[in-house]
Amino acid sequence: MSGELTALSLKAALEGLKARKFSAVELAHAHLEAIAAARPLNAYVLETPERALAMAEASDARLARGEGGRLEGAALGIKDLFCTEGVRSTACSRILGDFRPTYESTVTANLWRDGAVMLGKLNMDEFAMGSSNETSAFGPAINPWRSRSSNRPLTPGGSSGGSASAVAAELALGATATDTGGSIRQPASLTGTVGIKPTYGRCSRWGIVAFASSLDQAGPIARTVEDAAILLTSMSGHDPKDSTSLPAEVPDFASFVGQSVKGLKVGVPKEYRADGMPAEIEALWAQGVEWLREAGCEVVDVSLPQTKYALPAYYIIAPAEASSNLARYDGMRYGLRIDGPSLTDVYEATRAAGFGEEVKRRILIGAYVLSAGYYDAYYLKAQKVRRRIADDFAAAFEKVDALLTPTAPSAAFGLGDASADPVAMYLNDVFTVTVNLAGLPGLSLPAGLDAQGLPLGLQLIGRALDEGTLFRLAGAMEKAAAFQARPTRWWRGS
Amino acid sequence: MRTATSKLIEGRTGPWEIVLGLEIHAQVASKAKLFSGAAVGFGAGPNEQVSLVDAAMPGMLPVINRGCVEQAIRSGLGLKAKINHWSRFDRKNYFYPDLPQGYQISQYKDPIVGEGQIEVERDDGTSFTVRIERLHLEQDAGKSIHDLDPNATYVDLNRAGTALMEIVSHPDMRSAEEAAAYVKKVRTILRYLGTCDGDMEKGNLRADVNVSVRRPGAPFGTRCEIKNVNSYRYIQQAIEYEARRQIEILEDGGQIAQETRLFDPGRGETRSMRSKEEAHDYRYFPDPDLLPLVLDPAWVKAIEASLPELPDDKRRRLMSQYGLSAYDAGVLVAEASRADFFEAAARGRDAKLVANWVANELLGHLAKDGLDIGQSPISAVDIAGLVQLIEENVISTKIAREVFERMWAGEGTAADVVEAHGLRQVSDSGALEAMIDQLIAANPGQAAAVKAKPQAVGWFVGQVMRQTGGKANPGAVNEILRRKLGVE
Repeated sequence: MSGELTALSLKAALEGLKARKFSAVELAHAHLEAIAAARPLNAYVLETPERALAMAEASDARLARGEGGRLEGAALGIKDLFCTEGVRSTACSRILGDFRPTYESTVTANLWRDGAVMLGKLNMDEFAMGSSNETSAFGPAINPWRSRSSNRPLTPGGSSGGSASAVAAELALGATATDTGGSIRQPASLTGTVGIKPTYGRCSRWGIVAFASSLDQAGPIARTVEDAAILLTSMSGHDPKDSTSLPAEVPDFASFVGQSVKGLKVGVPKEYRADGMPAEIEALWAQGVEWLREAGCEVVDVSLPQTKYALPAYYIIAPAEASSNLARYDGMRYGLRIDGPSLTDVYEATRAAGFGEEVKRRILIGAYVLSAGYYDAYYLKAQKVRRRIADDFAAAFEKVDALLTPTAPSAAFGLGDASADPVAMYLNDVFTVTVNLAGLPGLSLPAGLDAQGLPLGLQLIGRALDEGTLFRLAGAMEKAAAFQARPTRWWRGS
Repeated sequence: MRTATSKLIEGRTGPWEIVLGLEIHAQVASKAKLFSGAAVGFGAGPNEQVSLVDAAMPGMLPVINRGCVEQAIRSGLGLKAKINHWSRFDRKNYFYPDLPQGYQISQYKDPIVGEGQIEVERDDGTSFTVRIERLHLEQDAGKSIHDLDPNATYVDLNRAGTALMEIVSHPDMRSAEEAAAYVKKVRTILRYLGTCDGDMEKGNLRADVNVSVRRPGAPFGTRCEIKNVNSYRYIQQAIEYEARRQIEILEDGGQIAQETRLFDPGRGETRSMRSKEEAHDYRYFPDPDLLPLVLDPAWVKAIEASLPELPDDKRRRLMSQYGLSAYDAGVLVAEASRADFFEAAARGRDAKLVANWVANELLGHLAKDGLDIGQSPISAVDIAGLVQLIEENVISTKIAREVFERMWAGEGTAADVVEAHGLRQVSDSGALEAMIDQLIAANPGQAAAVKAKPQAVGWFVGQVMRQTGGKANPGAVNEILRRKLGVE
């Protein structure tokens, strides 16, 4: 029974709950058991079974009264970047120690408002800085997918590696995630799941531990396009506590899934044909174009000439903001504190012990590019590039309704394969950072498997606040791709 | 632009000129902080007015307080400065325990208020212009308390995140007195506008003073910045000490090192805090948590229309409408409440006389008892009543002083006091003529002396005053004496 319940789509689970085919408590139990059995994946850094069951009981009571919100009883995992009231929230960093917020992030509060149930907190790269989940203070999350030729552990991608791993391994019906340079879409691509980074400002950043404020955006990871749309509808909404939150109406995103895409124009940007990109990805991209044509879209070539400058600009802007955002972790008020003979000693010892290597690297880069004498050459220049990239997109969207690109330059890779070379790791974001720089919505959906049987994703990019068109297109592609593959449950065997 | 020459300091090797520019930090009069909505108030227990945002908890975000923005616009308009309809907040990054975020949100490149200027009056009644470079909004830090425990520092975050206006002047002042007068004038304007209470004792208005010296006519010298001076007296002491220190170095052939200095009020001296080389690199950049601040021109216009009459306009009006001297008008407009008191008392009365009583007697008495005009034991109506008795010759100016003292002591209105103590002036010419006839008859020698030397009439006036207890109308007495003694 429990295997069946966790395999349900979110949509099917919600229908089953509403029809009282099973209870929210049963659903939560099934997931908690699956989580307990999947600890080798290290997807969850904190399991909250008592809270899950209490929330599920409350959901059952509401469902019994014929009440209940849009997500009533839905068992979800929460990325550890979201502050959850009374529940340890660490951004997977040692520096936050055993931090328990007295407040609930707006996005998770929206989910609980709609009746969702929290299963626990999900693994991630420390402060969302990484593309393989290997910078987590809790160790890496493991991809449930394995290569045909080897049993060596693969990365689920990052930074939302725990979210992607949990959803792919059916340890949650869906999960929250965040995306600063690709942290929702790249893990979704590497785990055969659907992830959307909505328009900057769709989801409130209030209560989400900040990495790079002008780029950070929350979104869902789910197993189907419709599930992602259902989750995003609940997560979104204007929040006066976040000055960058958009005062825009939130449509029922799920209503777009299944709508005809006939007559939509989709652009294929030639600059996303990266050197050394595997032929399989190239082929899949061409396949995606075919699916869209068959569904009635017009597909045209477009150019986004500034694309090659996006990654360097991103790796200036994001660390610059991070270096300032992470200054508050100083050992004075909460989290880790290493005492010392002077104030400077306390700062240095606390931050040296509390931050991992990648976080330290980015703080140093950020402080450097903002320092007097370098600001104009780096930060200001990067901001100019950012504006040009947004202009590129604006010009393209005068001709097309959406863009189709690969999500990531490779399938899931082995743990340790890229972690020794930061630049190689940063290249994982090459197709995704442009969208963050321009504040646009981007969605990744599974399109097929490579020769090793590992999932590959394609990315749809839309106009600001036009997630609806992305869900229409993604729905059509999902249908055409008929991606049914699931990882084998090797973790249960041993 | 300047209406008086600079005050020069004589050194061993010749005269020097002091050049001063000020940065005034004025706490915005607001019930809530600049970005957190937490309460602002004096007297709360430590860390009782701290929100999650102020404590920089993970994931917390700033949201601008519209009321504080309005106060900054009002202040800018009051300083006759340009309001920038597009401005932006930057982060100033540095580590300190009383700065929880690790950065101060301030306005670095694009302040909300640009160039302006104000007229400043010196004590001698002359005035000079100080150009305002900018006014920007920023967060205050918390308070570090080092003296509660020998081994620990305590931090009170109540003040953290409170809105400040930093008002930066051009280097347009040339003496400690001018600097103090400038701060006084800015304080007066802000108090008129209701944008800062100006309470310097609580640190709600404080100044950083940039001091340099040069030979008259030479280019500006290297400056030192003296941080956080919070009284007029300290501002003057700090400047005078610092200027002399710099002159001595230069006259000994040395060079001034650009640095930040602290004023020690106990010793009356400044000392080095950090040199230019040790200066922080604040790594300013636009705060990505906040959108640019774009002002609706109609809102700015509405704020402008709601401005009260400002001190300079009020001073000019008091001078033209009531014929007051520049000095009296200046004293009265220093506080809006004084001018209001004066105007209430002057209604239908001899305004110059009223001004004289308010500016001299009343304010003198209030100052002696440390009271402000809102706490005056004598009301505006009662001052008007006193002046009316003088105008109507019921009492002389001399008697009026006695009446005033009794009013101050709480004996009632002027009329009450005059009645109770029989202070009414004797103007009855019949009674005075009889008294004077008697005096002339009894003192023929004095009467003859007056004929030879008319000024000697004063002796007779004195006698009449003595006999009437000072209540004789001096005008009437003089007129009768001159007539009877045949003096022209």
